[in-house]
Amino acid sequence: MADIGKKQEMNSRRRFLLVATSIAGGIATAAVATPFVLSMMPSERAKAAGAPVEVDITKLEPGMLLLVEWRGKVVWVLNRTPDMLANLKKLDGQVADPKSEKAQQPQYAQNETRSIKPAILVVEGVCTHLGCSPVYRKDIAPADLGADWLGGFFCPCHGSKFDLAGRVYKSVPAPTNLVVPPHTYLSDTSLLIGSDRKETA
Amino acid sequence: MSKRLESMVGWIDARFPLTANWRAHLSEYYAPKNFNFWYYFGSLAMLVLVNQLLTGIFLTMNYKPDASMAFASVEYIMRDVNFGWLIRYMHSTGASMFFVVVYLHMFRGMMYGSYRKPRELLWLIGMGIFFVLMMLAFTGYILPWGQMSYWGAQVIISMIGAIPVVGETLSNWLLGDFMLSDAALNRFFAYHVVTLPVLLVVLVVVHILALHEVGSNNPDGIEIKANKDPVTHIPVDGIPFHPYYSVKDIFGVIVFLILFTGIIFFAPEMGGYFLEYNNFVPANTLQTPDHIAPVWYFTPYYSMLRAVTVNFLWIDAKLWGIVLMGGSVAIFALLPWLDRSPVKSIRYKGPIFKFALTLFVISVFVLGYLGTKSPTPLYTLLAQIFTVVYFAFFILMPWYSKIDKTKPEPTRVTE
Repeated sequence: MADIGKKQEMNSRRRFLLVATSIAGGIATAAVATPFVLSMMPSERAKAAGAPVEVDITKLEPGMLLLVEWRGKVVWVLNRTPDMLANLKKLDGQVADPKSEKAQQPQYAQNETRSIKPAILVVEGVCTHLGCSPVYRKDIAPADLGADWLGGFFCPCHGSKFDLAGRVYKSVPAPTNLVVPPHTYLSDTSLLIGSDRKETA
Repeated sequence: MSKRLESMVGWIDARFPLTANWRAHLSEYYAPKNFNFWYYFGSLAMLVLVNQLLTGIFLTMNYKPDASMAFASVEYIMRDVNFGWLIRYMHSTGASMFFVVVYLHMFRGMMYGSYRKPRELLWLIGMGIFFVLMMLAFTGYILPWGQMSYWGAQVIISMIGAIPVVGETLSNWLLGDFMLSDAALNRFFAYHVVTLPVLLVVLVVVHILALHEVGSNNPDGIEIKANKDPVTHIPVDGIPFHPYYSVKDIFGVIVFLILFTGIIFFAPEMGGYFLEYNNFVPANTLQTPDHIAPVWYFTPYYSMLRAVTVNFLWIDAKLWGIVLMGGSVAIFALLPWLDRSPVKSIRYKGPIFKFALTLFVISVFVLGYLGTKSPTPLYTLLAQIFTVVYFAFFILMPWYSKIDKTKPEPTRVTE
């Protein structure tokens, strides 16, 4: 009996040592893995990049689209004609979020035209589905997009459609309106993209 | 064998199980004697693997994994490096052929029930190989840093960003930046040439070890090990892999190489299906090409990704698309447990299974075709219908495989 008791004691000590060593080893492994895993996060250089961009819109004619690079993404600056603006209202029934209720824009762009100045649209040209850049299709009723197309943006990747205020149509893969980046006007013709405070320029 | 060679092998055998392994895996590995055409693709996949490893090493000698230099270095390989065009076309054509042979290899398994007990784990290891292969294809396609490289990667990375809660951190971690950039290209190169190939080779070895443990299935789907010679304990319907199947496979290799070299020399781009025209344009981060589609082997899954256009339950259409796409690949892993038929092979299965498998193949081809086209309302509707057909093949299998009218299996393999 004493023998068996001794054996059991040995076993439990052994088990304790086994568990303790395993835990210690596991902690050591996790500790060693940490620097490797963290080394894959964006570097300090990548974090430092991304200052606001200043854009001169003097030469942006009505109907014209300007592509601006900000933080490696494309930002569109579109000067909408009065016709284009008038068409936006007609699409209220066809778009998923006509009043821009989802927070895809700063407060100052949560209006009918999704912009500060009614004519000038500033949106990220990045489809909210999977990050392709939609194509600017201002032509009315083209053969491939149908007779009720009033101009807008069409994503060639998965067929999402947006109107000229960057509002997403119903029943397309993209879930939300295009993102309006923070922006402000430094003067009548000078636009700052990436910040909405004039002093940070 | 000469005396000298014999003593040399003896010297090795005393120190390493050379002859023992040769016997276990080649000269005394007994495979069913009724293998047919469909049994070429496993060994052909190994051939393509060797091709990819060899040509890949030579490509790394001149390729530069830097966003500002990658595109030019690939053009340098194509134009200025001696035989660089040949090595690169061998590698790019090899990538497509890898999927051709692997898809045929998987289809063989589906026809003859090679995933059924006792080969469930063998099938799962194969699924692991398939997954690593897709990762390799994806990371490899990014390396030339052309328009399709960039925007294709953009789409896939955005999918990871769509995962609730952790998506954004995860995608930053994967990219090493807040967007797709040089940092990502550099690390994808590391995955493509080190991590994934090592993983693939290990998985292939494990796949073969698992196969040789349970033994090969055959077109009749019956176990040859159930009927062994009472004296020798060798399956009566088995023949040694070497020389019988090694010779058969060499014949397959010759036919395959005729096709393979034909493609390399006469149609390496395969009309834009193996190498897409837009990828001969350097990556432009401001503009997506007007027409974007993945390489042919990903188009069926891509079709399913964009087929979902309605929000369902509390999940939006975008996440559903991603779930369906991932599910369409992962669901193959469930086959061993979905199939409840009393027989393994299509030869003895009933009309319902044959009908279901035919529909499944049609849906794969239709979805694959749709994935190469720009989405229109009609194409989207077709993609939705065939996505349902695709999944129905798997999800309804437990029922239709049970009620199907099967024929009795033979006790010996048929000629």
